[in-house]
Amino acid sequence: MIRKLFDIIANNAVPAVFIIISAFAIPLSGFSASYLVQELLTRIGRNSFLILSLLIPIMAGMGLNFGMVLGAMAGQIGLLLICDWGVVGIPGMVLACLIGTPIAIVLGVFCGHIMNRAKGREMVTGYILGFFINGVYQMTVLYLMGWVIPITNPNLLLSRGYGVRNAVSLLGIRGVLDNFIPTMIAGTEHSQQFLSIQGSGAFMLLQIPCFNGAIRIPLMTLIVIALFCVFIIWFRKTKLGQDMRAIGQSQTVADSAGIAVNRTRIIAIVISTVLACYGQIIYLQNMGTLNTYNSHDQAGMFSIAALLIGGASVSRASIANVFVGVILFHLMFIVAPMAGKNLIGEAQIGEYFRVFVSYGIIAIALVLHAWKRNREREAARRSLRGGA
Amino acid sequence: MIKKFIDNAGWPRIIIALFLLGLFIAAPFVGVNVWTSLNNTLVRFGMNGVMVLAMIPMVQAGCGLNFGLPLGIIAGLLGATLSLEWNTEIMSRLLDLGAKYNITWLNEIFVNTYREPLGFASAIVIAIPVAAVLGWLYGKLLNRVKGDEMMIATYVGFSSVSFMCIAWLLLPYKHPTMVWGYAGRGLRTTISVEGYWLHVLNDALAIKINDNFTIPTGMILFFLFMAVIVWIFMRTKTGTAMTAVGSNPEFARASGVNVDKMRTISVVMSTILGAIGIIVYEQSFGFIQLYMGPFYMALPAVASILLGGASVNKASILNVIVGTFLFQGILTMTPSVINGYLQTDMSEVIRLIVSNGMILYALTRKVRAGR
Amino acid sequence: MSDNNTSPLLELSHVGKEYYGNRVLSDISFSIDSGEIIGLVGENGAGKSTLLNILFGMPVIASTGGYEGSIHIDGKSVHFTSPNQALAAGIGMVHQEFSLIPGFTAAENILLNREVLNGSLMSYVFSERVSTLDREAMHNRANAAIHTLGVNINPDMVVSEMPVGYKQFIEIAREIDRKNTRLLFLDEPTAVLTETEAEILLTALKKLAKSGIAIVFISHRLSEIKELCSRVVVLRDGKLITDQPSEELTTRQIASLMVGRQNTRREEHRVILEKASDVNEVLSPQPEKKKKPKPALRVEHLWVDMPGETVRDVSFEVQKGEIFGIGGLAGHGKLGIPNGIMGLYPAGGKVRLFGKRLTLNRPRAALSRKMAFVSEDRRGVGLLLDEPLDWNITFTAMQMQGRFLIGIPYIFQMRNELAMRSEAKKFIDSLEIKCTGPSQKAGELSGGNQQKVCLAKAFVLRPNILLICEPTRGIDIGAKNLVLDTLKEYNKENGTTIIITSSELEELRSVCDRVAIVDEGRIAGILPASSPAEEFGMLMMGQNKKNNDDEEGEESA
Repeated sequence: MIRKLFDIIANNAVPAVFIIISAFAIPLSGFSASYLVQELLTRIGRNSFLILSLLIPIMAGMGLNFGMVLGAMAGQIGLLLICDWGVVGIPGMVLACLIGTPIAIVLGVFCGHIMNRAKGREMVTGYILGFFINGVYQMTVLYLMGWVIPITNPNLLLSRGYGVRNAVSLLGIRGVLDNFIPTMIAGTEHSQQFLSIQGSGAFMLLQIPCFNGAIRIPLMTLIVIALFCVFIIWFRKTKLGQDMRAIGQSQTVADSAGIAVNRTRIIAIVISTVLACYGQIIYLQNMGTLNTYNSHDQAGMFSIAALLIGGASVSRASIANVFVGVILFHLMFIVAPMAGKNLIGEAQIGEYFRVFVSYGIIAIALVLHAWKRNREREAARRSLRGGA
Repeated sequence: MIKKFIDNAGWPRIIIALFLLGLFIAAPFVGVNVWTSLNNTLVRFGMNGVMVLAMIPMVQAGCGLNFGLPLGIIAGLLGATLSLEWNTEIMSRLLDLGAKYNITWLNEIFVNTYREPLGFASAIVIAIPVAAVLGWLYGKLLNRVKGDEMMIATYVGFSSVSFMCIAWLLLPYKHPTMVWGYAGRGLRTTISVEGYWLHVLNDALAIKINDNFTIPTGMILFFLFMAVIVWIFMRTKTGTAMTAVGSNPEFARASGVNVDKMRTISVVMSTILGAIGIIVYEQSFGFIQLYMGPFYMALPAVASILLGGASVNKASILNVIVGTFLFQGILTMTPSVINGYLQTDMSEVIRLIVSNGMILYALTRKVRAGR
Repeated sequence: MSDNNTSPLLELSHVGKEYYGNRVLSDISFSIDSGEIIGLVGENGAGKSTLLNILFGMPVIASTGGYEGSIHIDGKSVHFTSPNQALAAGIGMVHQEFSLIPGFTAAENILLNREVLNGSLMSYVFSERVSTLDREAMHNRANAAIHTLGVNINPDMVVSEMPVGYKQFIEIAREIDRKNTRLLFLDEPTAVLTETEAEILLTALKKLAKSGIAIVFISHRLSEIKELCSRVVVLRDGKLITDQPSEELTTRQIASLMVGRQNTRREEHRVILEKASDVNEVLSPQPEKKKKPKPALRVEHLWVDMPGETVRDVSFEVQKGEIFGIGGLAGHGKLGIPNGIMGLYPAGGKVRLFGKRLTLNRPRAALSRKMAFVSEDRRGVGLLLDEPLDWNITFTAMQMQGRFLIGIPYIFQMRNELAMRSEAKKFIDSLEIKCTGPSQKAGELSGGNQQKVCLAKAFVLRPNILLICEPTRGIDIGAKNLVLDTLKEYNKENGTTIIITSSELEELRSVCDRVAIVDEGRIAGILPASSPAEEFGMLMMGQNKKNNDDEEGEESA
């Protein structure tokens, strides 16, 4: 009984702590509700897809897929190419996905094979693999693009004639998905006023009384994310999903039942990598600029931190964890610098604080997981002894 | 015979050694001075050697590669900054002492000849207890998460670095050369050690061969000194027990060894060596890099020892020396030589690929039965 | 059950197997008809598991040179090279250890990798794996399988929350659900069950057999064999001893068939080992030993929590200078006793060493009282495989007794490599360890030589009491005799008390003065080594005095 209670607390401790932190920090920051809601909506649209891509490897018992940055890099290569070719709008995004997919599949298969060789330490391997492929990516983008891979757009290239610039503007596809179905929510009194500010362009307008302010909704992105959630729910019900759950719990049993363990693990990683590729494309269409050499780095770390803050663990994660996580993590992200400034008079503190929290939370989640696993192993050992 | 040599050394090592050799051969053709390159390699070897050495105890005790090296580095940074902060005070106290008892040679020592080495020593003296405490806590943590040490070590390192970012801002440092001028508080991102202990080891007993080549004897000797300490330690009763714990924890336990205690000792040692390592690094580099500076410092050290032939659970001093030399050699030679050929600086990319490729190789190597 | 004069379901003829020149099975021939239940009995190491491995096409058989003889199913010759082929041919197997996924429900486990799928367009485009599961159909199928067994388990119950007995039923249900299963092997299925559960299982198995499935039932509970099986096949030392209807045999007879009763063979063995020592003295050591008032080791109500070898309540005394044997079947806790005394696994109860209480749960405490231990798990616990021999031999003495060190104790001590090497050399010579020298890695030696290194490690400690587990497991016959000889000699020369734990009864009887038999975590009895083999056999089979009486009553009736 006490154990059960302890388990409930342990399983939800992380989100709870974050709710408490936010409860203190929001008033301190002095942001208005509509500002926060707007920011959060934007960030949910921007990040959810990336975080969702982590779910499948967790299901297959491979832990947090630190190798998801591989997918992010594949997506970025797609984006760079469409920028060069000048394909804009939704066709541009689709083309970027089409280019990214085969690259992501190849990287995913590679990553899966490597992880099968390093069973039991998939996470650290994926993490290092991220760095390794980052090196290859940099080599491609910095040296091969414009030299071996033709890049003609001078705005993309460094002045020396090859290699891509550090910051690439994605104006062509900026917000195309978010604004595909332009939608706003506004308080009844404010709607007219905001419509006039937005100027031309028809907005689907939802009026809510007693709401102060107006919020734009990235409706299409949210729809895509919702579809993706449906995909994951469906996937869990398939034979493949069932096999992955079985492998996640016991590779030996799954193997003796005739499930192709290694192959299934590779499939899990490939799916995750491809989805991370799409996720990164969605993320960047919202951001509007591509940090050629940094964007992907942060993608992995922030996604993993957000998922963990949502209450997921290394071996168990749900769709709910994703959304709780993305809200709490980004709430802290938005609020921390201002709260830090208002509290100590130094915005920098808040900046560092949120970096610290991101890393700290991953560290704590990993420690709790290992700890729990070792305890469970002990318990399993004890249960073997039977009724003594 | 040749096959055996290859088996012993491992393909990646041979490829990289040949690559490095190739770079040295190619260097003169693009106008790169081999002497300068050698000199740089040697200096970097001395700078990084102790940090690579810090990998040995943990690997030998079966705690895996110390991705948590930043923790030791933080202790070193605290030691370095505090030694600067208190430098004047310590010196003046000692001078007072000298004046009081009328010991003129004390004055001579502190003010003139040995001011810098003493400052350097004080940094190490301050850093060691800090590192010991941090390492002890870190060791206790790692004992609870056996089997997952490396990933957790990585994130313990990261979170402690980012925690210290806040601390650097808030700690009450006063020394004008170290804090931001406009705010009067909060440490700067880089702090020069010039005038304190810049190049104390590099210049000690330095032997100048020619204009481009000077042996940083002091630093090399210091590294060798630390290496000998580690070598001796691994041969003591405790060191032997530690190796046995890494080799087979069950055997060690059945032989009456306290496994957790040995692991903790190894982590403390690693952390202390990391702290000393960063101070050695700084005296040569010339700056103390705070904030996100130590963030990725573990990776080159890890890669070096693996490049030297260590595995995830066995490492020797020879691995450290060979690995550091190869790794730093590549780092120095690639920018200059490749630059000469291609007119671009590919060193960063090559560093990423070589170091992480090496770590991947070690992680995916078939581990013997029973971890 | 009607015999249609067709060929039997499974027929083995002259099956044999050798591992690296070590014969483990020879000339096994028997057959099973559908609907028949056969009891397969034999001591550990009698060859049962090898036989099963052959039948299931386990890769270990093919990789060690295959097997001799032939296997026929329905009269057709078969030769399985992978377990999947055996499964396809309709052979099902329930292993001793559970292979269930703890977080899955009963239904999911029963239908693991044989799930019922909803057909969909996707499955044609890609593969079957993208079809969704038909949970309801799975529930029903699992329910049906469970009901065949005559038990009532909710198919939606998660396995990790089930009592142990249920898990066994789920395992069997999984095999039953396989439509083509015609022959079922059950390896000690009742070992983890309570009495009522075991009864339900036996009833269920009879029902299954009626439906035409043949069952091979492996158990050490002979009463169950007698109740359930129509025929009993006894294996001993890799040979088929008997194959006859179970009505013709009493449990006592089965037991003695299993352990063998050729006293002559034992005597030969003993004479070889004892060389000059007086046989009569060893045969009746008791009166002399009883004179000594204080026992070397006194164990009271010891329990040990060693996985797979649980010790529940054990008390015994060992006299000084005695060689004491502990025997019993695998999994019944004989290995737990020495491991528990040495503090390697959580233990409780009282252990007195020469009258003084020994602290349990601390290997250091046991070692500091001059006890030495040779583990049954040579590669896992006994050796540092990656370190040289001199390390292996001297490490414990160095850590515990401060030997092989130079320097000032507690302040600075370095290992004395010279002393280590010379000590190692001494043992390499005296125990004839085949190696290139003291600096060879322990992992590179053969099993027998590794065992000698383990002995050397114990001897270096100059122990008062030496505890040895499975001294001859996995080593060849020559090394076997040498190891046993060494132990006897050591005992005679130094008067060291030795406690040997072994699965091989013959070995214990030839070396020890007295032998205790452990059954289900308790001591079933302690007998002088000269007692007849069948006495030991009965103890091992859990047939205590009371049962024997019943048995005799039954016989006379």
